[in-house]
Amino acid sequence: MSTASLTRATLVKDLRMEWRSKDAINSMLFFALLVVVIFSFAFNPTAEESRHIAGGLIWVAFLFAAVVALNQTWARELRNQVLDAYRVSPAPPNALFLAKAIGNFLFVVVLECLMTPLFVIFYELRSIGPVWQLIVVALLGTWALVVNGTFFAALSIRTRSREIMLPLILFPISIPALLGMVDATTSILTGEASPDFWIKMLGVYDLVFTSICLLLFETVLNAE
Amino acid sequence: MAGTSEPSPSPVIVLDNLVKFFGRFAALRGVSASFAPGRLYVILGDNGAGKSTLLRVISGLTEPSQGSFTLLGAKRVREVADRVGYMGHAPLLYDELNGMENLRYFGGLYGIHNDEVSRKAMLMVGLDPNLMRRVGQYSQGMRQRLSLARAVLHDPELMLLDEPFSNVDVRSARDMAAVLGRVRDQGKTIFVVTHQAQLMEGVADEFVHMAAGKIESREELKGRGFSRAEGSQKELGALAP
Repeated sequence: MSTASLTRATLVKDLRMEWRSKDAINSMLFFALLVVVIFSFAFNPTAEESRHIAGGLIWVAFLFAAVVALNQTWARELRNQVLDAYRVSPAPPNALFLAKAIGNFLFVVVLECLMTPLFVIFYELRSIGPVWQLIVVALLGTWALVVNGTFFAALSIRTRSREIMLPLILFPISIPALLGMVDATTSILTGEASPDFWIKMLGVYDLVFTSICLLLFETVLNAE
Repeated sequence: MAGTSEPSPSPVIVLDNLVKFFGRFAALRGVSASFAPGRLYVILGDNGAGKSTLLRVISGLTEPSQGSFTLLGAKRVREVADRVGYMGHAPLLYDELNGMENLRYFGGLYGIHNDEVSRKAMLMVGLDPNLMRRVGQYSQGMRQRLSLARAVLHDPELMLLDEPFSNVDVRSARDMAAVLGRVRDQGKTIFVVTHQAQLMEGVADEFVHMAAGKIESREELKGRGFSRAEGSQKELGALAP
């Protein structure tokens, strides 16, 4: 009964449930699509302007859309009080956390894969810097959003207005990561500066916050 | 990991002055008691007597505000979590999964990766393991049965069952009570919180009456005219239409 095998089992269970209900992915897609279209009509930027503002637009859109999925993360565990079944079992709490975080990561990555072509079309985006660096930023940035989001969603599950609580807690703590994601993306799209510093910062941010979340999750899970 | 089949000779639970506050409301007001292994205890009492809170404290879901307890000889519930089965008020099942998928997942939490164990648990509670219907489409009685199967899946020494017969028809409740009698006869210790004492009269070893957050009295049920092994069957016969 290792953490890895339980993480895999919980992840497979969550993916199966999401495949059947499509609660998270549908609401995320719909939300992100709205943001892309509305921003496009609101700003109507030229290709050059797009390179400078796209980083901010993309990541704000993904952040807001991710919150929709993150709010769903623990909803299934609260229905029928299933979380209690996990809590009374000898299973390690971190397996549950990792499975939820990886599940959210996959959902948001799918969203990014589907929405990025739309961003490229609507904003006439052409990257001047290397595209592979954008992929690195996307992976590190997405993990930064979902690892904290999963943790704070767990923290707010017992509060009465958890849908509001999550962004209230998550957004301030995500500011350094968001700053890194936006600046790194803009640097790559415009080719005006090296994104190395921001990529390293995102890596450190991920490492620090993943460690903190894993250390504290058992306390959060068993909090009354 | 499945629990050992032989119960400990020492008390399975020892409660020492347990107090539990929810805000200013005291749900438990100094509960002290000791419970022997291999018996079926039925906890009775009015709403708000503290029955469910007591079970939640013992199962480790809620920390007591004061006092302490030992469970299967351990001070921390987590140390013996694989030897305890808990069935809550709610079914503790995923609506989006079918019965076998639920049991397969919850079995995995206890290191059980053999589908045969899940199939046996479903058959034991009278459910068809091949039923592909999702739990969300189950009747209330079927949910309760599956919830019981989930609680006993890992063959625990100690079972804590909170209102297992609520919203269940008489026939299903009778079947579940019979299952509990059989499980107890295998040497397990069972605690059942219920308002339906008559269902358990032929099966239980002891009634524990709670009122206002305390154990008011304990009523030994031995010598009621039939042996424990026969009890469930005789009682079932008497209740049958």
